[in-house]
Amino acid sequence: MKTGVALLYNRSLKGPLLLLAILLVLPIIIPSPYVHGMMVLVGLYTIVGTGLSMLMGYAGQISLGHAAFYGIGAYVSAICTVKLGWPALAGILVGILVAIVIAYIIGVPALKLTEHYLGLATLGFGVIIFIFFKQFKSLTGGLDGFSGIPVLNLFGMEFITDMDYYYLVWPLAFCGILFARNIIQSRVGRALRSIHGSEVASNAIGVNSQTYKLQVFMMSAAYAAVAGSLYAHYITFISPQLFEATASINFLIMVIIGGVANIWGPLVGAMAFVFLSEGLKEVIPMVISNAGGEFEIVFFGILLVALLIYMPEGLLPSLQKVAGRWFSTKKVKPIAAAPVVTASEEQTETTVRMAGGEK
Amino acid sequence: MESLSQIVQLIFSGLTIGSIYALIAMGFVITYNITGVLNFAQGEFAMLGALICVSAVGAGLPYGVAIIISILAVVLIAGLFERVAIYPARHSSVPTLIIITIGVAIAFRGIALFIWGTEPHMLRPLTDGQPFSISGAIIQQQSVWAIVVSLLSLVAMYLFFEKTFVGKAVIACVVNRFAARLMGIRPEKMSFLSISVSGGLGAIAGIIIAPISGASYNMGLMLGMKAFIAAVIGGISNAPAAILGAMIIGLLESFTEGLWTTGFKDAVSFGVLLLVLFLLPNGIFAKSSGKRV
Repeated sequence: MKTGVALLYNRSLKGPLLLLAILLVLPIIIPSPYVHGMMVLVGLYTIVGTGLSMLMGYAGQISLGHAAFYGIGAYVSAICTVKLGWPALAGILVGILVAIVIAYIIGVPALKLTEHYLGLATLGFGVIIFIFFKQFKSLTGGLDGFSGIPVLNLFGMEFITDMDYYYLVWPLAFCGILFARNIIQSRVGRALRSIHGSEVASNAIGVNSQTYKLQVFMMSAAYAAVAGSLYAHYITFISPQLFEATASINFLIMVIIGGVANIWGPLVGAMAFVFLSEGLKEVIPMVISNAGGEFEIVFFGILLVALLIYMPEGLLPSLQKVAGRWFSTKKVKPIAAAPVVTASEEQTETTVRMAGGEK
Repeated sequence: MESLSQIVQLIFSGLTIGSIYALIAMGFVITYNITGVLNFAQGEFAMLGALICVSAVGAGLPYGVAIIISILAVVLIAGLFERVAIYPARHSSVPTLIIITIGVAIAFRGIALFIWGTEPHMLRPLTDGQPFSISGAIIQQQSVWAIVVSLLSLVAMYLFFEKTFVGKAVIACVVNRFAARLMGIRPEKMSFLSISVSGGLGAIAGIIIAPISGASYNMGLMLGMKAFIAAVIGGISNAPAAILGAMIIGLLESFTEGLWTTGFKDAVSFGVLLLVLFLLPNGIFAKSSGKRV
């Protein structure tokens, strides 16, 4: 992990390859379907989180409605395979396409808004999509859910066990991260970071911020849709509650916990989220006998607030700082991704404060 | 006559729910304009107020005392929330602040779930008595109370802001934070005050809605979101317009529910939110420039 971010800048593949190796042998070391299942979820959330971190951490645009795209991916591929009898791959691709088109339609007006207003607009969009899933019973099954989604069958291979899905999801998540990393390191990535810093300034130097924001929004929608489609085929049953506003907020929590401006952050965040909530489900009933299964949300709420106040960059950058201090023999060079973004954040802050002063 | 009574009925239930939204929306407007934080935990104040009142009544306290205790408790909780969560993060970016308030909302919801459980609690109406009828429409006494209490609270807010020194100091912070600081007003103190006051407003809203639709740990989310919509369509910096916005949302919901279908009630409100944000980002009554690039 430590090498992960330092490598972001010298573009070596050593760290990511090490991580890939660990991920590949993990299911063999721990042969528990329960852990495999959790890791499949972690992988899916990592995919969503990677898209979301490009949008939030790099382009600085908040979305409180990403569960909608996750749901669109799930429902479209379910409808395509069950109701239309298409092959799974076609369903997934159509799901991605629909998500991208909807992201475009909603993104054109929404991304003209900033800050709280963008948050509200995406939240509203998420609620409307949720109501759509709930109300169009003939298409989605309504609150009863959509059952009987077939397991994946890609190129003659059938994915049945948790292990099968593990080896499908993780390479995909890995490719997703590498792709995002390349985007961020490229010219486009610099443009996105400049928009995060100051949109007015980016426009002034010739960055078409609206186009870039729209593109990254569509891309993050596509990431969410991929994960949603795979989720539908993995669980084989979906219902609207899975894609409520709470789910969007959970995605946000994962990305923030891990470190939003760090390409490996969502992975860490998703892992922390899934394992913490599973762990809490086990531990809390032992400590407090009459606690409901949802009691872990208190913990998450408090964790989130504490983390944002004391580790505003997220878990991963803070861990890296500690790791850097302990393991590095060289003097730690402050070149990791986080400081760059911090600088731009500071800049935003000053701009905001100045704007506030002019009010 | 049948349709007239139905329309009167719908108008009345729209105004009832609208006045609840108005109280919470006022909280948003005050908080947002002073602290710059759109407080996603605002709806949870209503939930806490309602549930604390349920417990206080359950403990055998007289109704009036229970109401006062629960309002004070929520004011205290809101003030604590400002000191613990908002104040230390006051220089953070907007997404961070949004997520902090969401985190607090989640924590409140969890704590309420732990203390009061999942089942909804009912609160006794303020006055027992038969519902009366206006041109064929059946109107509960609690609905009248809801409208009257919110109107009184809003008038009290108006007097507080216009006639008292502290209220004027708060307004000064809204108008120009920098100038207010020069005049010796401390915005940090005002931020504490504004969040406490909006906590109190939220608690009142929760207590008056509890006899109508029950009080449960998860009532805050939807109440908060509807009040947001009201505040935004009214123009977030304009308190009277936010109240009008709340009434519009209340009526719209009640008419959607009464004349069309319950399922799309929320979709209509959020659709209006999106339309207003996209077409008139400063709210339907505002003229000033808003946050749009």
